[in-house]
Formats: sequence, structure tokens, C-alpha cells
Amino acid sequence: MTVPIFVNIGERTNVTGSAKFRKLVAAGDYPAALDVARQQVEAGAQVIDVNMDEGLLDSAAAMTTFLNLIAGEPDIARVPVMVDSSKWEVIEAGLKCVQGRCIVNSISLKEGEAKFIAQAKACQRYGAAVVVMAFDEVGQADTADRKVEICTRAYRLLVDKLGYPPEDIIFDPNIFAVATGIEEHNNYALDFIHATKRIRDSLPHAHISGGVSNVSFSFRGNEPVRRAMHSVFLYHAIAAGMDMGIVNAGDLPVYDKIDPELREAVEDVIQNRRADSTERLVDLAPKYKGDKGAVRVVDLAWREQPVGKRLEYALVNGNSEFIVADTEEARLSVARPLHVIEGPLMDGMNVVGDLFGAGKMFLPQVVKSARVMKQAVAHLMPFMEAEAGGGPRSYAGKVLMATVKGDVHDIGKSIVGVVLQCNNYEVIDLGVMVPADRILDAAMEHKVDIVGLSGLITPSLDEMVFVASEMQRRGMGDKPLLIGGATTSRTHTAVKIEPVFDGATIYVPDASRAVGVVSGLLSPSEGQNARSAVRDEYVKIREQFARGREQKARATLEQARASRFRPDFADHTPTRPSFLGTRAFNDYDLATLAAAIDWTPFFASWELVGRYPAIFEDDVVGEAARNLYADARPMLDRIVQESLFQASGVVGFWAANSEADDIILYTDDTRSSELARLHTLRQQMLKSEGKPNLALSDFVAPIGGPADYMGAFAVTAGHGESALSLHYKQAGDDYSAILATTLADRLAEAFAEVMHARVRRELWGYAPDEALAVDDLLAEKYRGIRPAPGYPAQPDHTEKATLFRLLDAERATGMSLTESFAMAPPASVSGLYFAHPEAHYFGVGKIDADQTADYARRKGWEVKTAERWLAPILNYDPAR
Amino acid sequence: MRRADRIAALKAAAHDRILILDGAAGSMFQQRKLTEADFRGARFADHPSPLQGDNDLLCVTRPDVVGELHDAYLAAGADIVATNTFNATSISQADYALEAAVMDINACAARLAREAADRWTAKSPDRPRYVAGSIGPLSRTLSISPDVNDPSKRAVTFDEVYHAYREQALALHAGDVDIFLVETVFDTLNAKAAIKAILDLEDDGMEPLPIWVSGTITDRSGRTLSGQTVEAFWNSIRHARPFAVGLNCALGAELMRPHVAELSRLADCLVSAYPNAGLPNAFGEYDEQPHETACQLEEWAASGIVNILGGCCGTTPDHIAHIAQSVAGKRPRAPVKRPVAMRLSGLEPFELA
Repeated sequence: MTVPIFVNIGERTNVTGSAKFRKLVAAGDYPAALDVARQQVEAGAQVIDVNMDEGLLDSAAAMTTFLNLIAGEPDIARVPVMVDSSKWEVIEAGLKCVQGRCIVNSISLKEGEAKFIAQAKACQRYGAAVVVMAFDEVGQADTADRKVEICTRAYRLLVDKLGYPPEDIIFDPNIFAVATGIEEHNNYALDFIHATKRIRDSLPHAHISGGVSNVSFSFRGNEPVRRAMHSVFLYHAIAAGMDMGIVNAGDLPVYDKIDPELREAVEDVIQNRRADSTERLVDLAPKYKGDKGAVRVVDLAWREQPVGKRLEYALVNGNSEFIVADTEEARLSVARPLHVIEGPLMDGMNVVGDLFGAGKMFLPQVVKSARVMKQAVAHLMPFMEAEAGGGPRSYAGKVLMATVKGDVHDIGKSIVGVVLQCNNYEVIDLGVMVPADRILDAAMEHKVDIVGLSGLITPSLDEMVFVASEMQRRGMGDKPLLIGGATTSRTHTAVKIEPVFDGATIYVPDASRAVGVVSGLLSPSEGQNARSAVRDEYVKIREQFARGREQKARATLEQARASRFRPDFADHTPTRPSFLGTRAFNDYDLATLAAAIDWTPFFASWELVGRYPAIFEDDVVGEAARNLYADARPMLDRIVQESLFQASGVVGFWAANSEADDIILYTDDTRSSELARLHTLRQQMLKSEGKPNLALSDFVAPIGGPADYMGAFAVTAGHGESALSLHYKQAGDDYSAILATTLADRLAEAFAEVMHARVRRELWGYAPDEALAVDDLLAEKYRGIRPAPGYPAQPDHTEKATLFRLLDAERATGMSLTESFAMAPPASVSGLYFAHPEAHYFGVGKIDADQTADYARRKGWEVKTAERWLAPILNYDPAR
Repeated sequence: MRRADRIAALKAAAHDRILILDGAAGSMFQQRKLTEADFRGARFADHPSPLQGDNDLLCVTRPDVVGELHDAYLAAGADIVATNTFNATSISQADYALEAAVMDINACAARLAREAADRWTAKSPDRPRYVAGSIGPLSRTLSISPDVNDPSKRAVTFDEVYHAYREQALALHAGDVDIFLVETVFDTLNAKAAIKAILDLEDDGMEPLPIWVSGTITDRSGRTLSGQTVEAFWNSIRHARPFAVGLNCALGAELMRPHVAELSRLADCLVSAYPNAGLPNAFGEYDEQPHETACQLEEWAASGIVNILGGCCGTTPDHIAHIAQSVAGKRPRAPVKRPVAMRLSGLEPFELA
């Protein structure tokens, strides 16, 4: 069986299809127009369509300028271009700008054979694939017969007469609008689909493309119905052989997820199945326009099914209402309780795994399924234990997981664990801050098949390298090592971890990949291939990395300092904070924090991507997001009402001035005695003329300048979190446990936001009149920043030690730092406050040896120590 | 022999053995310690600008030197000599204000190479020698802006490049060369303009000649100067239906090998390679000795990844002699047949079956 492949062509760099792009090009704002192209490539467009057909533009000149600009942007230019115009001059202007092999869109027989052949020959000699529209001297083809007839004629001319490679011919057999109210239009979609099938069958190697959004033109204004129409249309067209299309791929609902009533009505229209299908869809359409508040009736029809099906339903839908009764019924029908697990329950979990793998279920739903599974297993456990001589449950494999020493974060690891358990793997989770020897002792003792390491902060990367080298020393090369967590990466795994360990070492980018990786590794037939494929890939990555290293020219530290950022202090006299020294805020009102939560990252932590609240309307993840929120909200209310968490924070301000890349904090306003010194790192990337090389110290007035100030904070909402999630875990409810952890994280972030707002308005008070809406706050439109050590503007985690000492944070808030400078409890945030209006977030990027040496001197470290803590940002290999 | 017969014989020979191209010209000219007067000759004695260094001009003013160069390489065992026309286009010759001499330079160059090749063919008629018309990369490039403040700017237009190449291709064709060699391609768009100019000759009723395209991977990044990977480069020039595709210049054999191997895996035509004699030392000189170069290329031949071998910067007739001896009798690479698919490219390749 051949897998249908569908190439999506980015449609946003088309002035006829995107008003935004048209305006940017018309205004000559090419940098912003380039961003449109870049976003498409980043979003997965495999080809980008460029069209400048606009009456008021010099289209050929705009095409030339834009394609020349793209040539200078490697992240855009890596994909082929589709040069799109109805005017041959414009197409030819485009062909003269691209070094790659592009696609011409389009030529046709509209103006006769001679012109068609001349243009095709030019395409051949410029070196391009070509889109041929089903259009001839008579007109545009509408019926299937006409489409096939014109395409066949064009194919024979191209292939037989010109020797055009048939695989470089793409037919566009015209997608026209259906459900227009005109009866002749009703069969248009079907005409396209049938023509597609016939062309693919009779004209070897040719491809089929088209502009999908045309089909739903009569429903403009009703995006949900339009998207459903595109989805249904593509479902059939792709099956018929359509293999390319100009679509907004991220915006299409999965066919199976379309509301069945709507889907049926759309199917009627697309397939022209009933005389009244247009009227019926028109009647139904308003129901789907925007409002999703349809009344939900509890449907218990699934209770009528046999018990195996009921268990499957309960697992897929995360419904635990009847799980104990159904499990008991199943137990009574089989010889041994174990057979319930290995029979209907595993069958159900396999369905869950398949749906998840196919992108039809999402993480929160899978974690809920696992909860139902655990409840069923818990019911069976006493019977299994009572059974004499019963064999143990058989698993697909055994995986050990741990968050490495010095790190306290475990949401991602917990989710991976749950997903693996859903797929019949036995998971041993050692928790957080686990030293290497404990991980490896446990791995030997439990005879695990795979070891998984997790970490969130950068020092954990080194610890992972150490664990891997210990595995090597102890001869554990038979156990594959999986690496995951926010700061881990494929490159780091390939360059630093894999070389120290002979066993398979694999980076797992997110929870949804974990099952595929683990099952691949443990497969008797594919395991070896999986291992060597990754090994080959990592060799390549190392080579690329080595090459990349040699190329990044950096400014010297001296040059970078010379181009430091010089904010305007003349018009912005620093404001003296309302107090100097520290102030603690204990038992902060949780209700205030709950109201300030930014929910978008909450969904992201569950691998549901989209902005809150628009995510609820998303066609793909909307339902999963609504259900997750429906579970999170009551838990949050309970946390607030019962004070299950405690929020504590501390804020401090000091007189401060900068000296080169350091910030000196004084004991008092006389600025005669130094209290502490904060060290910052400076950008060394080569900047274009006039662009500064930033360090955080630039935002504080230098010694000799105005009397300036700075602040710092540490807040946590995590006291009580571990007790609550442990409580859920022990009850077998991982779903609620992870929910509690993710909510604590959001409350801590909200706490940081709330404190920052108070700092701006009253505590420091440099913006007393600030009044911004929540959206503006989240968009960071206010004055001043609060960067944290360990993040891009100051990547050195050890600065947190100075911060905690200044704030006396441990005593004030009960927070502490691990040896890797992770904060405990995990739901904590700390950082510095800068008030200057020109202060902004930035990334230090890679630094060179001169800065490492200078930084080591300032910190009183040996250079080797500095290189260890700054390892992720070194622009050189310290080993050489 | 008529040209059509020579081309047929060339294709047959490529089937039987690894063919040998000549080596560098520039360093050989330097050894002759030619003076400004040599470059000017009688014809350009009063030319307003200095001409020393315009090696292509020697075809007109010191034909003896160029003829000896070809003889030296043919004596060393080269099957193919390239005309001394790497910079003989109106765009590159503009640096010497010699646009008007372009047709003459190419005509003389083709004649010198033709005569030399025919002399050696006459000595051993069972082994004809061939002439490749060298078409170089130009001093101005189409994919890269000359102005950091205006990335959309170009120092030259596609049409200007096209016409410069067309003029050179017409002269070389008239001069009876056997192959067009579009070489040292560091910007694929320049090469595409050359290919279009060559393909368009057919519209003027001219006999189509085999096209040979040789790209340049500029450094260890594995990309051309204009940013393409080897596979993207191949996808971009494949429409020329080349007689051969290959790599030359910038790298020595050691660093070039993986890219040649990659191309060998992709191309449905012959694969060529003519590396530099290693990497230049601190004085810009090439130190790799003939036996060192030959030893590496012998391994390429033994691995079956090449059909045509030669030398680029820093190589000498001695290098070519060593290469020819060490690959004699080795089987040439068999062109690959890949599944039918639409293959496009940006900086990276794209494929849809």
C-alpha cells in the first residue's frame, strides 16, 4: 500500500490571498513581508507560493525584490519557491532570481498551443517544475471529462513534443465553489475528485494540486463550516491522488473530529449526494458559526454494549463512572483476573495509544485514560494477590525514569511515565534530585530495559553527561538511555552525551514521541535499525555542529564593551524606590494570584498549543482544552478556598550603579560601601552598525552617572504542592497530581507578574499611573523588566546565590537552592528588576574565551569553573 | 574526425574507463615569469589599462605558451583539455576593459586547444583527445548582494549574465570544442544562466554539445558559496541533462571526497572531480605532491564513485601523470538510476514521488 503524501504549499506570501501581505508589499515593508515567509516555513510549509499579482503593484519588480531578499535568508531559502502569477513576464522575472529548482504556477493552453509550448520550453531551460491549469482555448474546464481531456492534451504535448519530465508536471484541474445555489455547480467538487483519479491513473508520474479554499467560497464568513468543507474535500481528493495543495495546513480539522452532523451535511454537498444538500448545509451552518454553546445531553447509549466495548469506551473517554462495576463484570467472565488486564483493558489502551499516535487524542485525555486504567487494575489487585501460583502481569518492557541530581522539575517526566504505562510499559519513577549512583543501582536492581533522564535547568545537562559516563564505566551499554526535558536538545545529546556512552542514546523531544522511541528500541526486529539510524543521525549532527562552531565570528569583549548600550539617563532620572532593603510578603492572597493566571502556558505544558481563550474554539485541540480547563478550574478553586498551597515572596531594592559588566549594590544612599556585586554577561555576536552589544548592566547608570537603583525578587506558590500531588499519586490519580503541579507553576508565575505590577506602581513606584489591561501585561507592554538568572539575558544560574543572599530568601520565604541552583519548591520564580524605559529582554548568545576568562576573574573562579557553568553558551570547545 | 564522431567516441570511452582532464593553468603561467609586455603583445601595446594577470588574453598574445601548456597535459596523459577561457566573458574581461576582445580570445583559445588535441589524436588515433570549452563563474554573482545595507541589490542582472555567457558559448561552439564545461560554480544561479544560454543555442540551429557542470563546495560546511547543499545543487542543474556533473576547486581531495561520494549517489550522468592540490599553505601555495593526490584519487576510482578525474589549483602535469597512471585500468562508476520523483530545491533538496 502506498501512503498518500500531501505537500502543503505556504499560501500567505500571496497578495491575492492575504490582505496583510498585500499591504506590507504595497507599503514597501519588505522586512515584515519576509517575516510572513519565514513564519510559513517555520510552520511547516514545504514550498512557499509567492504571488505579486496586484493591479497597483509593479508585479515583476516586486517579485524580483522579494525573491532576491529571500535568497539572503537561509531559513526561508532552504525550501523551494513556487513562482505564482497569471502574467508570464512576472513568472520569468521570478525565474531569473532563484538558484534552486522552483515551480512555475502556472501555464495553460488558454492562448493556444504555440504560446503554451514556448512557455513550457522556457520553464524547461530555466529549470523548473510547472503547474498546468486545466484551461484551453475554449475556456476553463468544469466537468471531469473536460478536465481530463485538457490535462491529457497538455501532458502529451509536454512529454512527447518537448520531452518534459512527466514527474515535473503538476496539474491544477480547477477547484470551483460548490453549494452556490446554482444547480450546475453542485457537482464541481466531485468533478475535481474524479478528474484527479483519472489523471493520476492515466498520466504517469504527474501530480495534482489546487487552491482548496475556492470550494467553500459561498460560506465565507463562516470559518468553522469552511474548514469542515476543506477537510472533507481534501479527505476525498487526497485519496483520489491529489498530492499538493495551497492550504493553510495548521488550520484544518481532522476529518474524524468534525461534528458528525456537520460532517454528514458537508459530505452531502461535496459528494453531491442529495438534491437538497445545499439547503440543508445552509440551514445547519449558522449553528456552527462561532457559538459552541450547544446543549450537551448525557448519552448513555454506550452502556448497551458488551463489557469489553464498555471498558474500551471508558478508557478512551477517561470515564471512570462505571469502571469498577464493569471491571468486576469482566473478571467474573474470565478464568483469571490477570486476563482482564491482558485482554479487554489492554485492548482499550491500545486503542488509546493508536488514537494518540494518530493525533486524534491529546495528552490530557491520555493521562485521564491512564487514571481509569489504574482504577481498574487497583480493583483487580486483591484478586490477583489472593490467587495461588498466579504468574505476574506481563509488560512490554521496563523503563526507569529520574530527574537528575540538582534538579526538581518533573511534569514532563510524569507525563512521559503515564503515557508509557498506557502502552503497557512498567515504569519505575525515582522522582527528582536523584544522584547518578542511585539511578544506576536501581536500574541494575530492577533489571530495567531503558533508562530515562529528565531535567529542566542547564546545569542538569552536565549531570546527564555524568550519568551517561557512569553507565559506560559500569558496563551498562545494553540499556538505552533516553534524554528529555526543557533545556535538553538533539544537538546536546548528540554532541555531549552520546560520545561518552556506547549504548543507544536518544533525545526525546516530547511525551508524544516517547512510546514510538521506546517500542522501536525494544522491538526484536527493528531495535537494531532504530539504534543505528539514530547513531548515524547523531554523527551527522556532530559534524554539522563542528562545522558550525568554526564559523561564528564574535566580537572581542573589548569591542563588545565599546558598543555597549547607552540608555538615555538625561530624560529619565532614576526614581528612588519607596524603601531600600527587603520586604517579605507571606501568605499572599491566592485568589488574587488565581485571577492573574496566564492560561496559555498552562495548556502548552499539556502539549496543547494555542492561545487562551481562542484555544477553546480550536478545531483540533479545542475539545481537549475545554475538558482540561473544566477539570483544572474546580481544582484551582479548591486550592484557593482550602489554602492548599501557600504563596510567599520577598522583594528588595538597593542603590546601584554599574561598572563595565558588573552592577554594584550599595548598603545605602551614600553609595560609599559596597553590599554586593551582580555579574552580567555581554553579547559578543557581530552586530550591524549602530546596534549595541547588550549586557544587563547597561540598564543601570554607570558609576559617575545619576544615582540609580535596582531590585530583585523571589516568589513561590509551591508550598503544599508536593503534598497535594503526592496525595493524588498515592490514590492512583496521576492526572490530578500533574494537574496540581501545573497549577502551582502557573500560580507562581502569576505571583511574579502581580508583584512586578505592584513594584512598578507602588513599591518602586516609577510608573504610578500605569493602568494596563491583562492582555497588555501579558504582552509585556509595561515599562521595566524582570530577567532571571539562568535565562537568556543572564544564562549563569550561580547568580541566583547572590540574589538569594541579598533577599535572605531562604528565611523570608522558605525557598532554597539545590547544588545546581534549581529553586525548591519547583513552583518558584526569581529575578532582577530594572526600571529604565529602554530596558528590554534579550539573549546573550554565545560568548568567547576572552569573556569567560574575564567573567571567571570577576567571579573569583578558575577559568575551568566558569567554563563548566557557562558550557551551554560557549562559542568554543574548552577541551581544545 | 568530425565533431559528432568525436562526441560519440567520447561517450563510448567514458563507458570503458575513467577519463582524465588536465590540471591548473594559472600556476603554470606564473612559472613562466611572464611580463606585462608578454600579456600585451603587439596588439594591445597601447591598451590604456594594465593587462598582466589576464591569463586568458595569452591565447591571443602568447599562443605559444598556451599551446605548450596543452601539450604538457596531453603528454601527461590527459584525455580532455580545457580551453584557457575561464574568465573570457565580457563581464570578467571588463576588469581589463577588454570586452571587445572576448570573441577573439575564445576563438584563439578554442583553436589552440583543438590543434593540440588533434596533434595527439593523430599520434594515437585509437585514443582521440577532446576539448572542453571552459565557462567560468564570473566576477559578479546573481544570488548575493554586494551591499550589506540593501540585501535585495545585485551587482549584475540575469539578462546581463545570460548575454555574457551566450557570447562566449557562441565563440567556443564555432571554435569546434567538444563539450561545454560550466565550471567552478559557486553561485548556481550564474550556472543556470549559462545553461540557459547554452540550451538556447539550439534555437539558432546549432548542434547541441554535451554539457558538463562542475560545482564548488567552498568549505567544510558542505555548501556552495550561495548556500546550497550538494543535492540541492544537483537538483538545480539537472535540467541541463548533463553529460557529467562534478566538483572542483576550493578543497583538496581529502575534504572533497564526501561531497563527491554524495553526488555519486545522486547523479544519473557521469561524475567528475578535479580537486586542488590540497589546501594552500600560509603563502597561498599548494604543497600536496603528485603521488599524494594520486593516491587519494586512486581510492576514489577503486570505490567506483568517479568517471572523470583531473586537477584544479596547484596541480601540475606531474600530478596529472600520476593520477592517470594510478587509475588506469580501474572501472568507471556506473551511473545510478533513481526512482522517478519530482525533485526541487531551495538551499536544500525537496522530493515528491
